[in-house]
Amino acid sequence: MRVMAQVAMVMNLDKCIGCHTCSVTCKQTWTNRPGTEYVWFNNVETRPGQGYPRGYEDQERWKGGWQLKHGRLVPRSGGRARRLARLFANPELPSLDDYYEPWTYDYENLISAPLGDDVPTAPPRSLIDGRPTAVTWGPNWDDDLGGGPEHLAGDPVLRKMNEQVRLEYEQAFMFYLPRICEHCLNPSCVAVCPSGALYKRVEDGIVLVDQDRCRGWRMCVTGCPYKKVYFNHQTGKAEKCTFCYPRIEGGQPTVCSETCVGRLRYLGVVLYDADRVGDVAATENEQDLYEAQLECFLDPEDPDVAAAAEEAGIPHDWITAARRSPVHALISRYRVALPLHPEYRTMPMVWYIPPLSPVVDSLTATGHDGEDPAKLFAAIDSLRIPLAYLAELFTAGDPAPVEAALCRLAAMRSHMRRVNLGEEQDPAIARAVGMDGAGIEGMYRLLALAKYDERYVIPTSYTATAPADDLDSGCSLDTHGGPGMYTPDTFHAPPSAEPEPEHAGASLRGRVNLLNWNGEGRPDGLFPSGDGGAR
Amino acid sequence: MNHLRIALWGVLPYLVVAVLVTGTAWRYRYDRFGFTTRSSQLHESRLLRVGGPLFHFGLLFVIAGHVIGLLVPESFTERVHVHEWLYHANALLVGGTAGLATLAGLVILLYRRLRVPAVRAATSRSDRAVYPVLLCVLLAGLTATATTMKPHPYDYRRGVSVWFRSLFMLDPDVSAMAHAPLAYRVHALLAMALFAAWPFSRLVHAFAAPVGYLVRPYVVYRSRGGRRVPAPGRPGPGRPFAARSGPPGKRPRSARDTLARR
Repeated sequence: MRVMAQVAMVMNLDKCIGCHTCSVTCKQTWTNRPGTEYVWFNNVETRPGQGYPRGYEDQERWKGGWQLKHGRLVPRSGGRARRLARLFANPELPSLDDYYEPWTYDYENLISAPLGDDVPTAPPRSLIDGRPTAVTWGPNWDDDLGGGPEHLAGDPVLRKMNEQVRLEYEQAFMFYLPRICEHCLNPSCVAVCPSGALYKRVEDGIVLVDQDRCRGWRMCVTGCPYKKVYFNHQTGKAEKCTFCYPRIEGGQPTVCSETCVGRLRYLGVVLYDADRVGDVAATENEQDLYEAQLECFLDPEDPDVAAAAEEAGIPHDWITAARRSPVHALISRYRVALPLHPEYRTMPMVWYIPPLSPVVDSLTATGHDGEDPAKLFAAIDSLRIPLAYLAELFTAGDPAPVEAALCRLAAMRSHMRRVNLGEEQDPAIARAVGMDGAGIEGMYRLLALAKYDERYVIPTSYTATAPADDLDSGCSLDTHGGPGMYTPDTFHAPPSAEPEPEHAGASLRGRVNLLNWNGEGRPDGLFPSGDGGAR
Repeated sequence: MNHLRIALWGVLPYLVVAVLVTGTAWRYRYDRFGFTTRSSQLHESRLLRVGGPLFHFGLLFVIAGHVIGLLVPESFTERVHVHEWLYHANALLVGGTAGLATLAGLVILLYRRLRVPAVRAATSRSDRAVYPVLLCVLLAGLTATATTMKPHPYDYRRGVSVWFRSLFMLDPDVSAMAHAPLAYRVHALLAMALFAAWPFSRLVHAFAAPVGYLVRPYVVYRSRGGRRVPAPGRPGPGRPFAARSGPPGKRPRSARDTLARR
């Protein structure tokens, strides 16, 4: 057993309202630069829909992820020799058209157009070559089912489902799927990088691109089945979601989590057995991959696991954080979170709680008691969002785990309704989904009430030893109000040093700025020192 | 005239090597971020899919041909009983085909670069300088190859190759090169220009050829300090998590660390 720690995420799809705040704040933070105009480390797509880039889930075409070949795990895009042979032109690289051609508007025309009969417009211009362009696709063009059946036909998940579900589609359903990099346990983007520039960090499992080692072979773009590695066309380097590692290192949630208005994201540590990852990813039956991945996770309450984790050098506060981890609870304890497309065999680490579509009203409309738990459970497989669709997303097509998760959510609903109304509690409800009343209430607390520090349980990064010189001197900036002061609620200052204000002539360093002086007392530096210098 | 010959064929090659080596070292030291193919496949894929492999694989064959033609002395092929005409027929056929493939690939790529607006917009100044030189080197080389079809061709193995090998002996045989036909001299001069421009253009990506990929485990693990950690399931020295107590200078850097050291 080799214990490794992973900072993972769970998203509760029931709460996502598709507002794209996470996408926008992420873009403002990470990809608001030339060369990454088309890049969204975080995007929210409407399902059913084609996603971003278009039809990325069609691995017959894009060759992302892994496949089993004679029982051995190889990247679907081919082994080492085949990858090197495709170095000069990667046949499976999505083109800009598969994402979208980024554009801006010629606002200048609004004020510089000559006087005429028509109101001047701001025509669209391509951000790639600057030429006039027709906007025909965008990062969320089919948002809220926009475009209708014509665009929906391009959804690879919908295509996999049987004809019956497709026809039922007349009663439209939709939900939102926010996506970031999955920071997989068995990342195929890392596996196909010829330069070894992509790597998984041992401390927190975050998958990163070493910008100084990336040589722009763009194999990772193909290798990632979620198409969450992007090619910066200006620098010629791959870029991807960093899980906001500078924030995570400081114990803060990612920008997408921090700014999520629905508070649907959970962050926490998951301990797993790294020695088993290879075997689990090579599980023969695709539909067993979800269960297999669950078995790969370790229980931090288990003293043996804790001992092995200490032995592996994982700090104690990481182990205690793993015990408090909401992600571990939702994945392993309550089993309501499911992985996205486990059949890609990358063992993704951003999991989703499937959406429980409005069920009570539709049951009541058919003359049943919508609040009767037995009726509720029976109705799960006739929900508006077809179970088969969710199963294609989360369990490689096996409806049982999705149904179990939805039943737990429905049971929580019934149980908490009785609690709230002061009715007699029925332990059979909890028992029917393999839980007890306390467990259901714990899950309810996590899903409905959990505050900031319960949703984001992130231990700070650690260094094994502090160098002696630091110990001796301490941090000279940790004075009261100094720039080194750590305030937990503010964003870390960028590591660049602020330039000292330059003044002409004699340096004013060390002198009191009279504009900030409150007029009381006589602070040091109010007057120049006698020796001519200000020090 | 003699001074010019010495300058061109006795001094210039060493200057070019010096520029190539120091330039590459400098670029690797100060601009590792710039070591990239700067691929434009994102913008255009159809033409690249033909031109890219044609050019690059053709070039690999051309380089192999140069290694054989320049470094293997005539005496060696005679000793292993490779007949003169067989050698030259082979050189003409394989070398010529590879050269033409490279040229065809380059023409496709240049057409793509000029005519596809997005690719054109992604063209840098160094590209503009290097591509014409590259094209001219290829044309001059192909011309030189074509002249070997004549009834009494120039035997480059007794001229150019002797000069090339003498460069490594630090005793350049200037006259061997100075008496070569014009096509060979132009080819050599332009090639030197190309090598001098190499470190300062996108051509550096040739030095980034990912040979190590063939022997690497698929998944790379690294610790925050940047140290490679053996993949799980394989025996490796040390504990990955405890191994972070290196010398202070190699301490992993995080935002906080950087702040604290300011």
